[in-house]
Amino acid sequence: MSEKTTFWLDGAEIPFTAGQTLLEAARRAGHYIPHLCWHPDYKPHGSCKLCTVKVDGRFVSACTTLAQAGAHVENRTAELDDMRRTLLQLLFVEGNHFCPSCEKSGQCLLQATAYELGMMSPHFDHFFPNRPVDASHPEVMLDFNRCILCSLCEQAAKRDGKFTFVMGGRGMRGRRVILNSESGRLADTDFSSTDHAAHVCPVGVILKKRVGFAVPYGQRRYDQAPVSLLDVAEAIK
Amino acid sequence: MALPLETAPHPETLKRVAIDPLTRVEGHGKVTLLLDADNRVQQARLHIVEFRGFEKFIEGRPFWEVPVAVERLCGICPVSHHLAAAKAMDQVIGTTLPPGAEKIRRLMHYGQILQSHALHFFYLASPDLLFGFDAEPQKRNIVALSALQPEIARKGIQIRKYGQEVIRLTAGKRIHGTGAIPGGVNKALTPEERSFLRKDIYAIIAACREAVELVKRLFEENRAHYEAFASFRAHAMCLVAADGALDLYHGGLRARLADGALLFDHFDYSHYWDVILEDVKPWSYMKFPFLRALGDCDRGWYRVGPLARLTLCDYIPTPFAEHERKEFLAFDEGAACHATLGYHWARMIEMLFAAETIKELLHDDDLSRADHVGLAGERRERGVGVIEAPRGTLIHHYRVDENDQVIRANLIVSTTHNNQAMNEAIRRVAQQYLDGNELTEGLLNHIEVAIRAFDPCLSCATHALGKMPLIVELFDAEGRPLDRLVRGADGRCQRA
Ligand code: SF4
Ligand code: FES
Repeated sequence: MSEKTTFWLDGAEIPFTAGQTLLEAARRAGHYIPHLCWHPDYKPHGSCKLCTVKVDGRFVSACTTLAQAGAHVENRTAELDDMRRTLLQLLFVEGNHFCPSCEKSGQCLLQATAYELGMMSPHFDHFFPNRPVDASHPEVMLDFNRCILCSLCEQAAKRDGKFTFVMGGRGMRGRRVILNSESGRLADTDFSSTDHAAHVCPVGVILKKRVGFAVPYGQRRYDQAPVSLLDVAEAIK
Repeated sequence: MALPLETAPHPETLKRVAIDPLTRVEGHGKVTLLLDADNRVQQARLHIVEFRGFEKFIEGRPFWEVPVAVERLCGICPVSHHLAAAKAMDQVIGTTLPPGAEKIRRLMHYGQILQSHALHFFYLASPDLLFGFDAEPQKRNIVALSALQPEIARKGIQIRKYGQEVIRLTAGKRIHGTGAIPGGVNKALTPEERSFLRKDIYAIIAACREAVELVKRLFEENRAHYEAFASFRAHAMCLVAADGALDLYHGGLRARLADGALLFDHFDYSHYWDVILEDVKPWSYMKFPFLRALGDCDRGWYRVGPLARLTLCDYIPTPFAEHERKEFLAFDEGAACHATLGYHWARMIEMLFAAETIKELLHDDDLSRADHVGLAGERRERGVGVIEAPRGTLIHHYRVDENDQVIRANLIVSTTHNNQAMNEAIRRVAQQYLDGNELTEGLLNHIEVAIRAFDPCLSCATHALGKMPLIVELFDAEGRPLDRLVRGADGRCQRA
């Protein structure tokens, strides 16, 4: 079995091992493919579509598609980045994302990706959904106004053998994270602030209480470098 | 008891003039004048469309988010809201600030005073004072100031920029930073940052001294006019330090009546409602706060801001500013202390005080201490934060439930405290300058000059931002439009 083979990503030759996805192989080789719902610790499930690339002319999700020897993959093309910007804009108007007063600002994957892709305005009309904050738990607060439905919390809870967060509902306005308790409140679930799910949310939904804004400007995650650099730097180390 | 000129006996027979909206006053304000057939002013009112949406927006939000969220109330003095809210949340978590944290917050606040006072005076008010209240409108702006008085404009820009640098290094950004958090601040200053700021502070103090000289000279050269313009005696209120010193960051409330008697002193602001209540009037959206002991707004209205602070404090704890305070008080036996234009003089003295205070703070090693957040103590449901913002006393009042969510918010901003005082000022102007005269753009600008002395920025009261053109409309007794004067954002006037 030939261990190392390669494919082409925007003209660069990318080595990969059998079973690696396009996204994993690209990251390892120092190439950033935008992504939101993918997380290195969890099984990819391809829901946000931000990682969409073109393989020999066909659209596929880079986080779920296995690398194939000799394939020609388009990634940071004007066409694809344009589509990614539209996806981001849709996410921004679907929830209530007030970056100026959000404590996740500067450490948020959605915001960082929007900067990376040069999203300058929300473009579409805002939905302004009504999603109340769940502050019932003494240590952790949930602000679903910012949820991008990546389902990472669901997977992270399962890792601890729990079903605290479950993706449910249907449709553009109905799909949401459901809390597994009769009252629907976090305090009444089996959630603990030491769970993996407490730390997995890429945006500002699942937040440790009373520490917001403790990290000053200049020291926040994406003050150091843009997401494209940090992402691949983490893959290599 | 209605105040003179607040309500005309037969408004239906009068001509109506509306100045709407005010230029170089950020936010949305409108002045209406009712004139009789001889152009005598029968009624004058300042309407400010106060938007209370922010208090609603904050409800349900976690308390630690509030100091950052409220900054969006104002593009000119966000730091004041930031700090007032942070002070309120210190009470909610029951903490005592470590010494370094309080000093960093003070530094941030005095940086804010510096930049806001410089903006207010040099950019927005000085063209009126230097070129005349009825100079051509094209001349009454910062662009003309740079062309005609480049030295003065340069000083103004320099002072403002320095203030913004102080804010940047304490709050992370020049506007809308995050420095203060409940219990302290999120970063200390490095010794390098302090020496970077120390480099220019002496030049800034010198520039501030010149600014005081400039206003003083204007007063000396236009004595009669400046002392009389919209001048009146009024009650006044501000925070003072425990020893009676001027302190814009913290203290107890002091109020003195127009006749000089002290109404209360060192009052603990955490229950301010024992001494201040808010009234409403049917013709204005903005509330009218008053000194509770005096019964109602018509008797109990008061002034806040630089003029109130300089006349109420016992002394200023920095040498140059203290010297200037004494001169200000003594000028023509106190004539400047009641003059609306005295606000600008007092403002420049405060700017000097802010610069001197910054200098002292920058030499304090506590600014670089690692412990800049205090431990949370006994939790309280209520938090009240009061600060002396550039334009006057600012009250933030919150209730936070056991889940950490804000359940109620009440903000009394400086402009609201000054609501009645500004109305009083425009009535004086209407009587002094407009009565019986044909209306001209220059005469109407006199009204705006009076408002700008208090506030260039109705934005914190209206919770809106933006510079707007001026429209003056004249109506006859039947409400038919007679004349219409439009002033564009470029300052040009056109009859339309
Ligand atoms: S709460 Fe966070 S982790 Fe869970 S689905 Fe929403 S964005 Fe993803
Ligand atoms: S990252 Fe691949 S679909 Fe979300």
